[in-house]
Amino acid sequence: MQCCVCKEKPATVHLTQIVGDKMQKLDLCEECAKAKGVNDPTSFAMADLMLGLGAAQELDAAAAGVELKCVRCGFSQADFKKSGRLGCPECYRTFAEGLSGLLKSMHKGTRHVGKAPEALRQSRDNVDRLKALQKKLAKAIDDENYEGAAALRDEIKMLGGTPAKSR
Amino acid sequence: MKDIHSFLCSPADSTHRHGPHDRIVMSSRVRLARNLRDFSFPGWAKKPERVRVLDTILPAVSALPEMADSFAEAMDNLSALDKQLLVERHLISREHAAKNIGSGLVVNRAETFSVMINEEDHLRMQALRPGFQTREAWQAIDKLDSSLERKLNFAFDNELGYLTACPTNLGTGIRVSAMLHLPGLVLSEQINPIIQSVNKLGLAVRGLYGEGTEALGNVFQVSNQMTLGESETVIVERLEKVLSQIIEHEENARQTLLEKKPKVVFNHIGRAYGILANAHSISSKETMNLLSFLRLGVDMELFPGTERSLVDELFLITQPAHLQKQISDKLTAEERDLIRADMVRDRLKNVSRPVVKPSAGGAN
Repeated sequence: MQCCVCKEKPATVHLTQIVGDKMQKLDLCEECAKAKGVNDPTSFAMADLMLGLGAAQELDAAAAGVELKCVRCGFSQADFKKSGRLGCPECYRTFAEGLSGLLKSMHKGTRHVGKAPEALRQSRDNVDRLKALQKKLAKAIDDENYEGAAALRDEIKMLGGTPAKSR
Repeated sequence: MKDIHSFLCSPADSTHRHGPHDRIVMSSRVRLARNLRDFSFPGWAKKPERVRVLDTILPAVSALPEMADSFAEAMDNLSALDKQLLVERHLISREHAAKNIGSGLVVNRAETFSVMINEEDHLRMQALRPGFQTREAWQAIDKLDSSLERKLNFAFDNELGYLTACPTNLGTGIRVSAMLHLPGLVLSEQINPIIQSVNKLGLAVRGLYGEGTEALGNVFQVSNQMTLGESETVIVERLEKVLSQIIEHEENARQTLLEKKPKVVFNHIGRAYGILANAHSISSKETMNLLSFLRLGVDMELFPGTERSLVDELFLITQPAHLQKQISDKLTAEERDLIRADMVRDRLKNVSRPVVKPSAGGAN
């Protein structure tokens, strides 16, 4: 068996990794294993990275005769396999399916937690506040608290929302 | 062409910057990766697109108040030597040094901010601080990023965060790192288990110039690897915790070595001094490895009156590009080795041989 990285030397290090419900196998020669930092399989979670997008998925696509390509920049799955980098921000949508397993094995989570651009943060906060106000409004109407409802309606309008109709 | 060498402060000044725990933590840095929403990533974009990105970003970065006194230049206007000099100062990556048309750099004179344009991502901005100041570096780069996002349209997705060329940087796009001088852990052969346990915590340990480089001079870089699913603060705090532990291990290792194997330590330091102070030809690699023991000797007070900054300055000015810059002619590697040795001997002529500590005279 040949090393799947250098495709020259015989593979002596064999790795099997299961991420979610997908199994991945890697066969490496001594040198490539060292170069990739694979001397401790328990700390190794990068099998996908070395081979590009999930191998199984790629086979599926090839069998169906279609190769995924980003409509914005023309980047293909084969290009990713070559470089390990994507073509443009839009690629994340194009290759979302193939990427999700990869991200899972690479990162702590698959959902961003942390900083967001201020403009987005504000609109996100706004959406949250509107939702909360709508809820309060519905409750005020249910409780027949019309004075409170009127005040809430004004507040919702001020934030640019449309107050929900009373039931 | 502006000269980066005359813009940056001298190595003597730059090595006099101090920070907390700087006998072990040489410097801290936080880097953020950002991309413009409507352009291909640098590795995939064609030349005209990269130039447009550079022309958009360079003026925006240069106009930031933090960059009031800065050096801003396209990479194709820098010589190979200038680029190497910037690598030796840790202001750009080796990858960025290989860039030309369509890539650029903005660095401020204090060397506290360095922004690479069209490296792997459109923007790689970093804050650098002397000593153990990862939190301060994060706060500084966070502020710079916030001012920049008012002028540029960053690629951001509610689910995935900041979108980066490589999925390994996705989300926060943050890399928090510190450069550590760990001769105690190397000498006591504890470094490998430490590296392994740090790796298990999801952190990377690399050599002096980052990815794929050797730990020359017993200098190691520790940094986070995961960028998605955790906030920047959590990542900074985890690294702080691990760094504090490594500092403690290094201090303990030095203490134990002095108690249990003083002769081994003094032998390394004495030989390093002997060669550095007397050699007539020395390579850059050997110089760095020996300077590491000289630095340890200064920390252990074996060279009274000698400051650590003398060693740190030598560490910088004996590297190939810095050496070449001081001498106007083009030099071959052999010629550099001669000049390097002359320079080191000259700097060490007022440093007397290491004192022998009476308390450590026991058998080994």
